Amino acid sequence: MTGNTFRKIFKFYIDGFKNMTYGKTLWVIILIKLFIIFVILKLFFFPDFLKKNFSSDDERSNYIIEQLTKQ
Amino acid sequence: MDGIDISLINWSRGQFALTAIYHWLFVPLTLGLSFIIAFMETIYVKTGNEEWKKITKFWMKLFGINFAIGVATGIILEFEFGTNWSNYSWFVGDIFGAPLAIEGIMAFFLEATFIAVMFFGWDKVSKRFHLASTWLVAAGANLSGLWILVANAWMQYPVGMQFNPETARNEMLNFWDVFLSPVAINKFIHTITSGFVLASIFVIGISSWFLLKKREISLAKRSMLISAIFGITSSIVLILSGDSSTRLIADIQPMKLAAIEGLYEGENGTGLILFGTLKKPENYTEENKIWEYNFKIEIPKLLSYMTYRNSDAFVPGMNDLIKGNPEYNIMSAQEKIERGRYARDVLADLKKAKETGNTLKYEELREKFYDTDFKENYFRYFGYCFLNNPGSLIPNVPLSFYSFRIMVMLGFYFFIFFIIILIGVFTAKIDNWRWLLRLAILSIPLSYIASQAGWVVSEMGRQPWVIQDLLPTVIATSHIDASTVQITFWIFAALFTVLLIAELKIMFRQIKIGPE
Repeated sequence: MTGNTFRKIFKFYIDGFKNMTYGKTLWVIILIKLFIIFVILKLFFFPDFLKKNFSSDDERSNYIIEQLTKQ
Repeated sequence: MDGIDISLINWSRGQFALTAIYHWLFVPLTLGLSFIIAFMETIYVKTGNEEWKKITKFWMKLFGINFAIGVATGIILEFEFGTNWSNYSWFVGDIFGAPLAIEGIMAFFLEATFIAVMFFGWDKVSKRFHLASTWLVAAGANLSGLWILVANAWMQYPVGMQFNPETARNEMLNFWDVFLSPVAINKFIHTITSGFVLASIFVIGISSWFLLKKREISLAKRSMLISAIFGITSSIVLILSGDSSTRLIADIQPMKLAAIEGLYEGENGTGLILFGTLKKPENYTEENKIWEYNFKIEIPKLLSYMTYRNSDAFVPGMNDLIKGNPEYNIMSAQEKIERGRYARDVLADLKKAKETGNTLKYEELREKFYDTDFKENYFRYFGYCFLNNPGSLIPNVPLSFYSFRIMVMLGFYFFIFFIIILIGVFTAKIDNWRWLLRLAILSIPLSYIASQAGWVVSEMGRQPWVIQDLLPTVIATSHIDASTVQITFWIFAALFTVLLIAELKIMFRQIKIGPE
């Protein structure tokens, strides 16, 4: 029963994708966009500053307190 | 604020603004068009009239294009928080975490399930299930926006949290205070209804093009009818929520209101400037930031009435907020700076006590951050400690002034426009009013300008704060190289421009093809 339901859902999606017309162009745009955002931009240009420079939350807290109390 | 790299701050702000502006080109249409489609499909299911199915499918196609191109563009803003705005990200703590996590989960389930049913499910699922999916997409898209707007509202009006001096993070004390803050509710209503208005104009504009081309007459007129009614209803809510937003701003961000009005000296019975132009006087300095009017058209006493429901009420000007006004119980900026510095010194002493192992002193100072008197009289002004010059509390006056007027004037224009369209449709004269059809097409870009102007008022008007009174923008940035921000700025500018061109190209093509 469950397997049958999953098969139906899978077929629903596959049929949907197969029958797309203009949607295929959109999917190409979506995939290129996601690749640029998550692979190129996130990996090479957007590291998490605090995670990259400090190894623990204590260090991060100390750093921020230092920034906030600097005169 | 010595030693701060202004170039880094400006590029970081520019990049965030660029990303947000482009992201917001896609979002409002999704918010509004999803409901318009749901109305159309409901009529189809109720009447069984195949024409309504054709109409629904056509607008759904345009919705799909906009959704596909715009999806995930907002994620970039979250990347920027971690890289460019790390001080801010850490300081906001879990206040942002909870709403953004809910938004992420909601968006995932929405996109993976109901949108698929909406697009792939015609003739495969029952009519009612399909309709339910369409409504769920509309509700889900708008609820998805709700969480982002709750997070933004907290920055304008930080409530429901406790600052933890050990971690330097704000911790959520009461989810409902954050979620149901008057600013969050107002912002949500005002923002989504602006999306509804924009989408209504989009549908009317494209329908007008069909009428001008003498094509798809039935589709165009029926779409105009639905959109004009939706547009009028949304405009009324939009105007009312804008009105209540004025009262909220007067209460929690009086400097923003003063900048919007170009009001330097507060007065009783303050008038509302309908329109005017500003000029920079010769004695202008960065300390006083005083602009003068070339001319102004003013409605006497209206601003006092709008803000306090009393036409003789006192509305403080920028000078009152800087210098203080004891008669009206307004604290001076200098006093707030002193109080903020005291809060900062307590935090610095706490750090020192921790480092020297002075447990007694540490506990004593830590307790202060949980003490109501300290929180309400000192810590609430924490951000002021970073300001050397009280004049830096004044946002960009011309930008706030003009953006506000563009937004409001266009908002009222749209309301009248919808009424005229409705009259044209009801009297069956719309085909002959070709000037109106052309105006409708022109109104599509105007609706985007109004929508963006609203965000400029909201976000530029609250400067210098990234979190009202607690954290100024200049302190919120990471210590990174400005050149890396410049590089990503231009990458984003290129990426988003390509996406926008792709959207317009595909959209225009599909509009020309028309319904299938």
